[in-house]
Amino acid sequence: MANYKYHILICGGTGCRASKSGEIVQNFKNILKQENLDNEIQVITTGCFGFCEKGPIVKILPDNTFYTQVKPEDCEEIVKEHFIKGRKVTRLLYTDPEKKEHVSDSKHMNFYKKQMRIALRNCGFINPENIDEYIARDGYAALAKVLEQNDPQATIDIIKKSGLRGRGGGGFPTGLKWEIASKNPADQKYIICNADEGDPGAFMDRSILEGDPHSIIEAMTIGGFCIGATKGLVYIRAEYPLAIQRLQIAIEQAREYGLLGKDLLGSGFDFDLELRYGAGAFVCGEETALIHSMEGQRGEPTFKPPFPAQEGYLKKPSNVNNVETFANIPVIINKGWEWFSSIGTEKSKGTKVFALAGQINNVGLIEVPMGITLREVIFEIGGGIKNGKKFKAVQTGGPSGGCLTEEFLDTPIDYDNLIAAGSMMGSGGMIVMDETSCMPAVARFYLDFTCEESCGKCSPCRVGNKRLCELLDKITSGKGTMEDLENIKNLSQVIKDTALCGLGQTSPNPVLSTISHFWDEYVAHVVDKKCPAGQCKALKQYIIDPEKCKGCTACARNCPVGAIKGTVKNPHEINQELCIKCGTCQAKCKFGAISVQ
Amino acid sequence: MGETNMDMIKITIDNKVVEVAKGTTILKAAKDNNINIPTLCYFELAGMDIVNKPGSCRICVVEVEGRRNLAPACITECTPDMVIKTNTTRVLNARRTVLELLLSDHPSDCLVCPKSGDCELQNLAIRFGIREINYVGEQSTYKQDDSPSIHRDMNKCIMCRRCEMMCNEFQTVGALSAINRGFTAVVSPAFEEDLTLTSCTFCGQCVAVCPVGALSEINHTGKVLRALNDPTKTVVVQTAPAVRVAIGEEFGMAPGTIATGQMATALRKLGFDYVFDTDWSADLTIMEEGTELLNRLKKFLAGDKDVKIPLMTSCCPAWVNFFEHNFPDMLDIPSTAKSPQQMFGAMAKSYFAEKKNIKREDMVVVSVMPCLAKKYECSRDEFKVNGNPDVDYSITTRELASLIKLANIDFAALPESKFDDPLGESTGAGVIFGTTGGVIEAAVRTAYEIHTGKKCPKIDFEELRGLEGIRSATIDFDGLPINIGIAHGLKNARKLLEEIREGKSKFHAIEIMACPGGCIDGGGQPRHHGNSEIIKARWNAIYEADKNLPIRKSHENPSIIQLYKEYLGEPCGEKSHHLLHTHYFNKHNVFEVDLNKK
Repeated sequence: MANYKYHILICGGTGCRASKSGEIVQNFKNILKQENLDNEIQVITTGCFGFCEKGPIVKILPDNTFYTQVKPEDCEEIVKEHFIKGRKVTRLLYTDPEKKEHVSDSKHMNFYKKQMRIALRNCGFINPENIDEYIARDGYAALAKVLEQNDPQATIDIIKKSGLRGRGGGGFPTGLKWEIASKNPADQKYIICNADEGDPGAFMDRSILEGDPHSIIEAMTIGGFCIGATKGLVYIRAEYPLAIQRLQIAIEQAREYGLLGKDLLGSGFDFDLELRYGAGAFVCGEETALIHSMEGQRGEPTFKPPFPAQEGYLKKPSNVNNVETFANIPVIINKGWEWFSSIGTEKSKGTKVFALAGQINNVGLIEVPMGITLREVIFEIGGGIKNGKKFKAVQTGGPSGGCLTEEFLDTPIDYDNLIAAGSMMGSGGMIVMDETSCMPAVARFYLDFTCEESCGKCSPCRVGNKRLCELLDKITSGKGTMEDLENIKNLSQVIKDTALCGLGQTSPNPVLSTISHFWDEYVAHVVDKKCPAGQCKALKQYIIDPEKCKGCTACARNCPVGAIKGTVKNPHEINQELCIKCGTCQAKCKFGAISVQ
Repeated sequence: MGETNMDMIKITIDNKVVEVAKGTTILKAAKDNNINIPTLCYFELAGMDIVNKPGSCRICVVEVEGRRNLAPACITECTPDMVIKTNTTRVLNARRTVLELLLSDHPSDCLVCPKSGDCELQNLAIRFGIREINYVGEQSTYKQDDSPSIHRDMNKCIMCRRCEMMCNEFQTVGALSAINRGFTAVVSPAFEEDLTLTSCTFCGQCVAVCPVGALSEINHTGKVLRALNDPTKTVVVQTAPAVRVAIGEEFGMAPGTIATGQMATALRKLGFDYVFDTDWSADLTIMEEGTELLNRLKKFLAGDKDVKIPLMTSCCPAWVNFFEHNFPDMLDIPSTAKSPQQMFGAMAKSYFAEKKNIKREDMVVVSVMPCLAKKYECSRDEFKVNGNPDVDYSITTRELASLIKLANIDFAALPESKFDDPLGESTGAGVIFGTTGGVIEAAVRTAYEIHTGKKCPKIDFEELRGLEGIRSATIDFDGLPINIGIAHGLKNARKLLEEIREGKSKFHAIEIMACPGGCIDGGGQPRHHGNSEIIKARWNAIYEADKNLPIRKSHENPSIIQLYKEYLGEPCGEKSHHLLHTHYFNKHNVFEVDLNKK
């Protein structure tokens, strides 16, 4: 390896690539060559840094300079200023939203300060297409250790003692799951990686697969060894072409290195991996539905038992774990269960990756230790609410989760606390809402998603969610009654109580949690026919204040439906029957005479 | 009692401590203790290898102590010390809400629905005392689909998936499956195509198990009534063997009641000019098919390599459709003999019409069948002369019952009467055509005597009877062992066909019927709603009816002997070949696209 002075790490994740990070890589390479610096400065395409909103990200090592929103044309300036003249390109540095100051390096960015990256340890550090870089960061050491020890139960015990729980949403203890699968004898078993990430807005699994595919291969091999499976299957969304490509490259490299295939590291253990593509159905994240989909059947869940550990893929004992769960495995083995279980809360160990989104300053992928509070995540890592607005609620757990209010901001985040608060960990979606969010509309939005994604097998989910959605429609369009609210409550409870799978059982959570925390807002829609957040179009009214109106006619001239009448220099009036609430009049009024009610 | 059994566990159900066998579902445990938990999607024909428990309707939910949500009783197995409550407010409210949801996406046209009065959803609504539906909204709308046999109104589908189970698992036909998702999920042929474009065999088992009015038969009662009221038409009716042992159920008679006599009287009261029996043409079928079997056997034993053995029966029209669709390379294996329905039609419109001097166009032949595929069969072009079908209308047992009810006939109180001559005279061999194993038993009774020239030492071949899916027996033809295979359910037929294709079949003759138990549980029979005792009662009645008849071998039927003497000449002769035999078509319509090919 050449002795490089600097490393330029350029994010090659899906988001940054969409903003031309590929071109940035090429530009850097060309310019460095021109400047004869290509032996001193190495250009590396990495996985995701997590700070996607500010992408494309370019990070310089060893000084950790963190350039954001870099454009291909900025490369020359970075090379000339940063490397040749030794001056940071200030305009590309991250600006703290509070202090409005440039932050010189990632170590001083609030976004990273409170993070603890275990699952994402290699994302943004190594070139995911180079197995040597993975190996250089202790890659495959855990596998070697496990194979050398040749005691599957001992490894299972380590995972059990570490307290690792399923990161896909269920939170089932991973070690226990492995143990159950290991104890079911069969001529063939399967270890399956659930990479069918379906929560809207969540992208941690994709980032891990794009940024650190070898960690999944290593973990699946370890899992396979522990449960006695010689075959691994990754069920991955076909909509993740980059993750698929990187995984395929990684599998090929691992095979070349003898880390997949026959007689791994001379242990006599055979293991290989195959990919199976999903067509992007949320319900296929449910393990029985996932298995049916892999078998070529309709992707719908079946009743458990039998659990996959008894009868899974092709009726053989199978173990399904999520990507993020797997990503934790090699580290636990390398660093020991004691280390892992020292992180987190009593019943939730380790870290959790969240996809932080919504009305927040720092949007992106973060990994935090369990037990951190929502306040720390939202106001420190997330940099607080955008545009100085007030925090209203945070939705965790995606469409299956619930909305939590200010009173829960200091609750330590873990599986059990979130459930107790009426939400859930889910796969780690976290959407922050400010005061302009209308909660019935938010609930309706999520319901719309679950309606779309329901497989239609069981009646409560197929018809119940549809009816729930229609009832919420009535509420947000001002046609709801108090009886409708009672029906919404009952229906939500019954769906939760009777639906077949996790999708259906959790689908009313956004409704139930917003009803319990924002009851007044629902009542306002029903009784006062008002949307307090001013979001529900049907309940908006544009009103011209006759005191302020100068009769300039601008509003009337611009109204697309001719709903405004009035004569010059006299106050105008809006015909509410005709008004389509487009807001044009308000935008055109120079005197601030038009308000929304 | 009193013994401690390792396989028994204690549970508490509605405050009562009971012992159940390990693996018992909550539903079964409750039922055994006189607690009737309502069900909807759950369906089982015990002893017939037919089970549908997707656990999807959620009507049967119960409360289980320590469980977060409610448990579906139909698939949840009892565990030691389980505490179950089947009628708490929480449970009753959940069931009622789920039912209201199902009703909210179901047309409320019960009064004019073909399933009215026999609908499991309607029954639940009555049982739950539904007086209003709290949840209303958009209703699913799908196109109406009519095939020659089956009417599909998927607006009424409740996604119980029973039809899908029958079509895919029991019949391995695969015409129906769930498509789309969420609210728009429905059971349908692929791409929401019409059933006629699929490999549907029209066996009608989907109709037989549909709990609601989503699947029903194409109703021909109106056409029959019009024909009966047309003074220019001579209307002839034939009734299949399985009808007589089931029709009584429609009038409150016990399952298994043999109502042949009342049925004949009712048909006369309805105005049919001649009341005949498909059993008569079943005897004729035996003459033709039995002779064909012996001819093939003779050649086979003489070392002829081209002759096709085994011979397979061809009475069941769904089975015929099945091999035309799925085994087009084996069309020369089944017998060329037409089915009894079509033999009857061909004889009625030739032999009988000539006898009575009735012009073909002036005769209307109606068949009463336990079957839906018969509707399709009689519409096949090869069974028409100048566009005029040998059998004009095929109606089901259910349709006949509705005609009888319509005509104010008190069926149970009717005196018995006999079929007309000559196409009404039949033997016990004709009757047993109505159940699995019957056709081949009838064939054996005749083929034995024709082949050996001796009187068969027995009439009842118990070894050919039974309700197991695949059965086999070797019958000694006076020194010549004949291997016989029997299958009902097309999945079982498929197995036997695949054996033949692989050259592994040991059989000389095979009988196939598509429906469970044969025609006695055809798609046109009164509904059993999953009670296999009803099917067993019909099965017993078929053999009882056989025993009750003075003549029990087809070749001893005087009317059949007369027919050959005065009209046909000899079995498998030229005239029979023309009138009583048919040929099969390649209907293979599966697209085989290799997606891996580049």
